[in-house]
Amino acid sequence: MSSYFARALLPLAIALTLYGCEKPATVKKTSTDDLVVRIGAAAPLTGNQAHIGKDNESGTRMAIDDANARGILIGGRKVYFELISEDDQADPKTATIVAQKLVDDKVSGIIGHLNSGTTIPASKIYNDNGIPQISPSATEVNYTAQGFKTAFRVMANDAQQGRVLGEYATKNLAAKKIAVIDDHTAYGQGLADEFIKAAQANGAQIVAHEYTTDKAVDFTAVLTVVKGKQPDLLFYGGMDPQAGPMAKQLKGLAMKVKLMMGDGGYTPEFIKLAGDAAEGSYASLPGVPLDKMPGGKEFETRFVAKYQPIQLYAPYCYDAVNVMIAAMQKADSVEPAKYLAELPKISLDGITAKIQFDEKGDLLGGAITMYQVQQGKWHALETLGAVSAAAH
Amino acid sequence: MFVLMIAALLFLPFITDALLGRGWVRIVDFAMLYIMLALGLNIVVGYAGLLDLGYIAFFAVGAYCYALTGSPHLALAFPMLFPDGVHLSFWIVLPLAALIAGGFGVLLGAPTLRLRGDYLAIVTLGFGEIIRIFLNNLNAPINLTNGPQGISRIDPISVSGVSLNATQEIFGITLPSVHLYFYLFLAFTALVIFISQRLEKSRIGRAWMAIREDEIAASAMGINTRNLKLLAFAMGAMFGGASGALFAGFQGFVSPESFSLMESIMVLCMVVLGGMGNIAGVILGGVLLALLPEILRHSVVPLQQALFGKSIIDPESLRMLMFGGALIAVMLYRPAGLWPSRVRRRELGSDEADEKV
Amino acid sequence: MEIFLQQIINGLVQGSVYALVALGYTMVYGILGLINFAHGEVVMVGAMLALSALTAMLGWGVPPLLALLLSVGLAMAGCMALGYSIERIAYRPLRHAPRLAPLITAIGVSIVLQNLAMMIWGRQYHSFPMLFATSSHVIGGAIINDIQIAIVILAVLIMAGLMVVVHRTRLGRAMRAVAENQHSAQLMGVDVNRVISITFMLGSALAAIAGLMVSANYGLAHYYMGFLLGLKAFTAAVLGGIGNLRGAMLGGLLLGLIESLGTGYIGDLTGGFFGSNYQDVFAFFVLIAVLVFRPSGLLGERIAERA
Repeated sequence: MSSYFARALLPLAIALTLYGCEKPATVKKTSTDDLVVRIGAAAPLTGNQAHIGKDNESGTRMAIDDANARGILIGGRKVYFELISEDDQADPKTATIVAQKLVDDKVSGIIGHLNSGTTIPASKIYNDNGIPQISPSATEVNYTAQGFKTAFRVMANDAQQGRVLGEYATKNLAAKKIAVIDDHTAYGQGLADEFIKAAQANGAQIVAHEYTTDKAVDFTAVLTVVKGKQPDLLFYGGMDPQAGPMAKQLKGLAMKVKLMMGDGGYTPEFIKLAGDAAEGSYASLPGVPLDKMPGGKEFETRFVAKYQPIQLYAPYCYDAVNVMIAAMQKADSVEPAKYLAELPKISLDGITAKIQFDEKGDLLGGAITMYQVQQGKWHALETLGAVSAAAH
Repeated sequence: MFVLMIAALLFLPFITDALLGRGWVRIVDFAMLYIMLALGLNIVVGYAGLLDLGYIAFFAVGAYCYALTGSPHLALAFPMLFPDGVHLSFWIVLPLAALIAGGFGVLLGAPTLRLRGDYLAIVTLGFGEIIRIFLNNLNAPINLTNGPQGISRIDPISVSGVSLNATQEIFGITLPSVHLYFYLFLAFTALVIFISQRLEKSRIGRAWMAIREDEIAASAMGINTRNLKLLAFAMGAMFGGASGALFAGFQGFVSPESFSLMESIMVLCMVVLGGMGNIAGVILGGVLLALLPEILRHSVVPLQQALFGKSIIDPESLRMLMFGGALIAVMLYRPAGLWPSRVRRRELGSDEADEKV
Repeated sequence: MEIFLQQIINGLVQGSVYALVALGYTMVYGILGLINFAHGEVVMVGAMLALSALTAMLGWGVPPLLALLLSVGLAMAGCMALGYSIERIAYRPLRHAPRLAPLITAIGVSIVLQNLAMMIWGRQYHSFPMLFATSSHVIGGAIINDIQIAIVILAVLIMAGLMVVVHRTRLGRAMRAVAENQHSAQLMGVDVNRVISITFMLGSALAAIAGLMVSANYGLAHYYMGFLLGLKAFTAAVLGGIGNLRGAMLGGLLLGLIESLGTGYIGDLTGGFFGSNYQDVFAFFVLIAVLVFRPSGLLGERIAERA
């Protein structure tokens, strides 16, 4: 049995090895006259953020399918967009390999990556090759501060979002004593630090700053520490897989504090994992609620029908692709060098916000909406914002 | 034969670039870094027989050495001292990185001298995690490592004033950045192989192998097992530190997530899969395991398309599945590794003879 | 004071979870001297199987208690089959191979199981259905709920049960004989392969229970959950002295307590320089310190290195 298994696998592995050395398969075209434009996408499709990565891929794919269905003409030719999606495993090194592969595949633009930790090393390669990159979800301030002309994002950065969160906690929720927990990833730490700055600037006292990891499931120990400090509000900088159980354990420890999160908590997963402990939790999401934007509700309906409920960044990916295509149309060229010049000047009504970039490539305006869980659903409270993006 | 091999290696980036694309040259570059790492770990695991599951920590130490001293980052922590950050030349940092990593190797080795086998494995694993956690958290109270956000904008490596980060024209040949790094890494890999070979044949190498086979007997023969074990840790760590510095310069960005436990395990797999204690085997293991995930990345979709006309199984899951399967299959076929050392092979042979009796 | 008590309870619960998984590691190690790196993944498969079965049965209207029992049984059976196959395919052919070979296959099995689970159950986090209204109890200001009490009790019971099996039954005697020396055991008429298979199946059945308890306690299951849990449990087993059942229990509880008390008080102890971000560093330091003074763990026996 065992040797049979082994014998079957090895030739297969060898066959694959040989196969892999061949050139990538030729592109399938709808008709010979079509201009094929490749759009690269990169996100973790394996590992514990895979569900969010897949969501990104689906959002990107839907935008591309829509564009193909619309039939876009550039330079007098009908354009067929082709998605090349790669798994960066949320790992910086793999991200650079993937980036180089996408460059090799002659993509005209990149939608990605998902994490700041992968977006930054990859951005160097895209910049070296002059390929425009629009990240739907990287929030770390550094990404657009490297001076790369090719780096854009359609998501508010940590400074923009942390500030709105800090102000909301202190002003609207009147929190005086605030505890902070972050998962000490690039995202969680970046957001938590900006939140703390804003909260302190508005007179709140940070009574505890505790840490967990993005792989943890047990938070009782840190929560007990927080409990001892008796805060009015707990801010968590991290993603939903931790935020959900954390809300549950918060309730289990009979702690009556308001739980507040950034965009990483604004997911259906959070409510699913936290159960009824999710009730009353706050989270923010850059942009305007989908149903307030033209086409937003319709996007959601179609997305859910085609894939699954929106996890997080699918609408941003959708917008990112559309911004890129709009720039191509404006430049009447799919050449990166040509349409890159149009990207900073673009103004597009997306489904998440009106998308315009500032001189660094950050989202201009940066409206941020606060949400609360009410009766087991995320419910938009108010859209704050249009804070000047040039603040940082 | 030897000349042919060298010629082939010199042309490798061009051939790879022409046939498969530039992405593959980058993958080959990473493979060479892994070969250096695997050869370093081979000293600890293969020669001295000390199971080390935290080896990537030394790689991290080396990488951060160059990241800190070759980027604007330290300007954040010490604006008075270094207004523009520290920008030491790579060639000054490289020996320093190796030495510091070697120091860490001794630091790890010292408390673990009495431990054996799996106890040693878990302590080294813990050591690797400790280093990673420190790197991840030393952004406060002083921002030393920039924590999880990592250090970006690391200066590229330059050789006699020529930056390897840009395309260069040398003797009329256009050399893109990845090619330049290939030659740099090739030179270092050759150096590491040379040192490994000399070590293997030396008194020290033979003493290590004596310890690996039977520590008590070795010490009875007058071998100072304590010093030699520490030396093994230090030597292995130095290789790791040097390749770490190369990695930081090559990638221009380091963050703690590049130094997770999975990476240590991967390097160990290279050593064991290729053939512990045999340099050629370890190189083979490094090449295979560094390339296999990428080969699978490029082949699973086309293969499925060829077989079934569409993509049935998610390529990403299938890729890792095949990788795991390959690890199992190779070990079942060749338990001593694909290319074991002669000594090992003899040992195994005699083992089977024992069985039959 | 109530905060301190709460941290003790947190540590005990977390520690019992580690202990449940560590028992499985230690069973296999005690007999084969092999780190079954894939054990964490077996725990994950157990949790996933139980969760799917439970969700399905609740959907069909099976009463909660019956559904729970049936799905525990199913998960145990599934994991036993899995444990048996892992041993047959990945470990048995390598029993006389160099010591590191089975370690590599174990890593391979671990990767394969993780990715198979991802294909079957998807990338989503699965939430654990509410079966009964669990009530919380307040002891001296600290809170503990029914599931947590069940975990602590179950861990102790399972350890006791295993002790009885190993030290009081015929099978246990055969296990100890195999652990001592496989060749001699065979000469004495012990069916070595069978004993090893049974050990793996027993360890895997434990993994299924552990998986179910973990996912019930935290309310979720995910294809990635096994890796870190396995690692922590392995640490616990080594801390206590791997191969020793009481050691696994002690190591697990100790690791849990170190983690929760470390998180709670490390900041105050070091004047705020170290915080809960150094929780794992603290745990590993204790481990290294213990091993420096007792190289075979707290309760481990001094054994010579296997050749």
